[in-house]
Amino acid sequence: MTAADFSLFLPLAVLLIWATVLLIVDLFIPKERKGWTASLSALGLALTLFLSLRQWGETASGFGEMLRVDPFATFINALLLLSGLGGVLLAYGSIRRHGVERGEYYTLLLFSVSGMMLMAQARDLILLFLGLELLSIPLYVLAAFALPRLDSEEAGLKYFLLGAFASGFFLYGTALLYGASGTTLLSGIAQAWSQAGRNLFFLVGAALILVGLGFKVALVPFHMWTPDVYQGAPTAVTGFMAAGAKIAGFAALWRIFTEALPGLAPDVTPILWALSALTMLLGNLLAIAQKNVKRMLAYSSIAHAGYILMAFVPFGVPQVRDVALAAGLFYLITYAITNFGAWAVVSALERQAGQGLELDDYAGLGSKAPALALAMTVFMLSLTGVPPTLGLIGKFYLFRSVIEAGFYGLAVLGVLTSLISAYYYLRLVVIMYMRPGEPQPVANPWLNLTWGAMAILTVLFSLIPAPLFWWASQSVLR
Amino acid sequence: MIPLSWYLWLSAALFSVGLFGVLARRNAIAILLAIELMLNAVNINLVAFWRYLTPGQMNGQVFAVIVLAVAAAEVAVGLALVISVYRRRQTVVADELDLLKW
Amino acid sequence: MLLEYVAIAILIALATFIALAAVLMGELFGPKRRTAVKAEPYESGMRPIGPGTRRMPVRFYLIAMLFILFDIEVVFLLPWAVAFRQLGVFGLVEMLIFIAILLVGYFYAWRKGALEWE
Repeated sequence: MTAADFSLFLPLAVLLIWATVLLIVDLFIPKERKGWTASLSALGLALTLFLSLRQWGETASGFGEMLRVDPFATFINALLLLSGLGGVLLAYGSIRRHGVERGEYYTLLLFSVSGMMLMAQARDLILLFLGLELLSIPLYVLAAFALPRLDSEEAGLKYFLLGAFASGFFLYGTALLYGASGTTLLSGIAQAWSQAGRNLFFLVGAALILVGLGFKVALVPFHMWTPDVYQGAPTAVTGFMAAGAKIAGFAALWRIFTEALPGLAPDVTPILWALSALTMLLGNLLAIAQKNVKRMLAYSSIAHAGYILMAFVPFGVPQVRDVALAAGLFYLITYAITNFGAWAVVSALERQAGQGLELDDYAGLGSKAPALALAMTVFMLSLTGVPPTLGLIGKFYLFRSVIEAGFYGLAVLGVLTSLISAYYYLRLVVIMYMRPGEPQPVANPWLNLTWGAMAILTVLFSLIPAPLFWWASQSVLR
Repeated sequence: MIPLSWYLWLSAALFSVGLFGVLARRNAIAILLAIELMLNAVNINLVAFWRYLTPGQMNGQVFAVIVLAVAAAEVAVGLALVISVYRRRQTVVADELDLLKW
Repeated sequence: MLLEYVAIAILIALATFIALAAVLMGELFGPKRRTAVKAEPYESGMRPIGPGTRRMPVRFYLIAMLFILFDIEVVFLLPWAVAFRQLGVFGLVEMLIFIAILLVGYFYAWRKGALEWE
């Protein structure tokens, strides 16, 4: 290990050491003072964010090509660390109220974020697998974190069984790629591909990896676990999981396919097309039938995975690839912001765990808590993609790049499914303003901060999206 | 020497047995066992590829060792979840865990 | 090439034959007087007490799980021990870090009371 290696690894190392030390420190923090653990974990995330942003613009590989720092990794890392901060805020605002305040929450969250960062930076199948597991195992525990509650335990168990199942697929795929190329390095695999050409190992390996990561980011038909887990897990965990796991999963997918298997594009493109189309359609259609807000948002997050995957369909068209990827990264930001905002509002209305989650519980929010209702309206409009919100800008970039690559059908489908989604997003808005009711939102400063900040960010970036898009387009994989 | 393809067939068969187990069994512990079979199939693959393709490098073996260690961590978490569900519900049958619509 | 394995096949066949023969001969030619005592499960000469499937205290699972977690780490220690001289100081430091991380986990389990029996 050289000094150069170490400087690449620095943000990740700091976060991992911080999490490990926090595990011990938390043992000595008295039970009434778990806010200290929360602040310390937030401090660790902020410090890592600072160190990570200092690497902006750098492009280098270390540890024998295994670990990579490039604008793409820095971008994803920043987004992941911000999601981690959002997760801490959401949790601090809600887990004490639900009587599940334990310091391990924050430690597990830090470990999960480190796993996600590893996935964004790894250029080696072994490291990718390690990152995937470091991401997942803490999330299994977090999903079951509201332990005496049956639904949370059940969510944890289901997430674990299906997650481990998906890891099996991912691993078998990596083993086949290793067998086909004799190396675990992504660059080595690309080299072996250009020498050996198409063979069954590459094809099956890539397909299995796609299945494994498809589970993690909840693409149809690998989405079955999503509504159950999102509903059963504590709301704060759901918010973090919905953003972080998706961002990391897509980052790994992008890196594996563009760096290791660019030659596979003609085979993979139709599959990606179908997956994206199916995910958008089914996610949005099933969301309509939901009465529970958490389940509805779960299906909405499935649908959004479909939109994000759309950015990846033209990866075999060299002229459009970069633009499409930039659009996908931009969409990831818009998704993360609105997602955290929406989950913070859900958390504010969830007085006791599992209560206040039906659509009817939102009736009358417009007159009772106008600010909260306004924020939720902003998020719903943005998730739909109504002009002039951030969601529309994200979708516009996506659809434009897909059309440029010649996938007109996919773009049409994207527009149609967005129209379908308007039904259930706007239904919530109508219920909030038109129907009388007595909702009792919780006023917690940290929750208020989360949804307030996210609403302001959504509006702000709707008005001036250019800097964000510039940042995204600087961060594409090259 | 036994040809590489034999190991690959063995591994594919083991993986399929595990896959069948996950899809067909209803007991959470049995599903866990089936998942372990799938991971072990991967290990057979990795070690066989390593021995036949790149015996000079260590990456295949290292990968197999890491898969072992990670699988153990995963199983520990899984068993903990299963036990904690069992203590409250007195069942580990996946069909009976129906509080959330499956 | 498969001929190398013929010896093993012969050995397996012979072992199976001898084992089966020993059991079958006893079954065929030995005197049989069955009593209730003989039908009992064999527990080293003791009379079995209670049902065979007794409930285990859940504590055993906790200990077993901790055992798996710390036990599997030997898989990393063993290769290091084999290549100890080639790896030198770098390997030693690396392994010390690894063990320090393990110790953090051990300390956590200890403080949380996972190692207490009662």
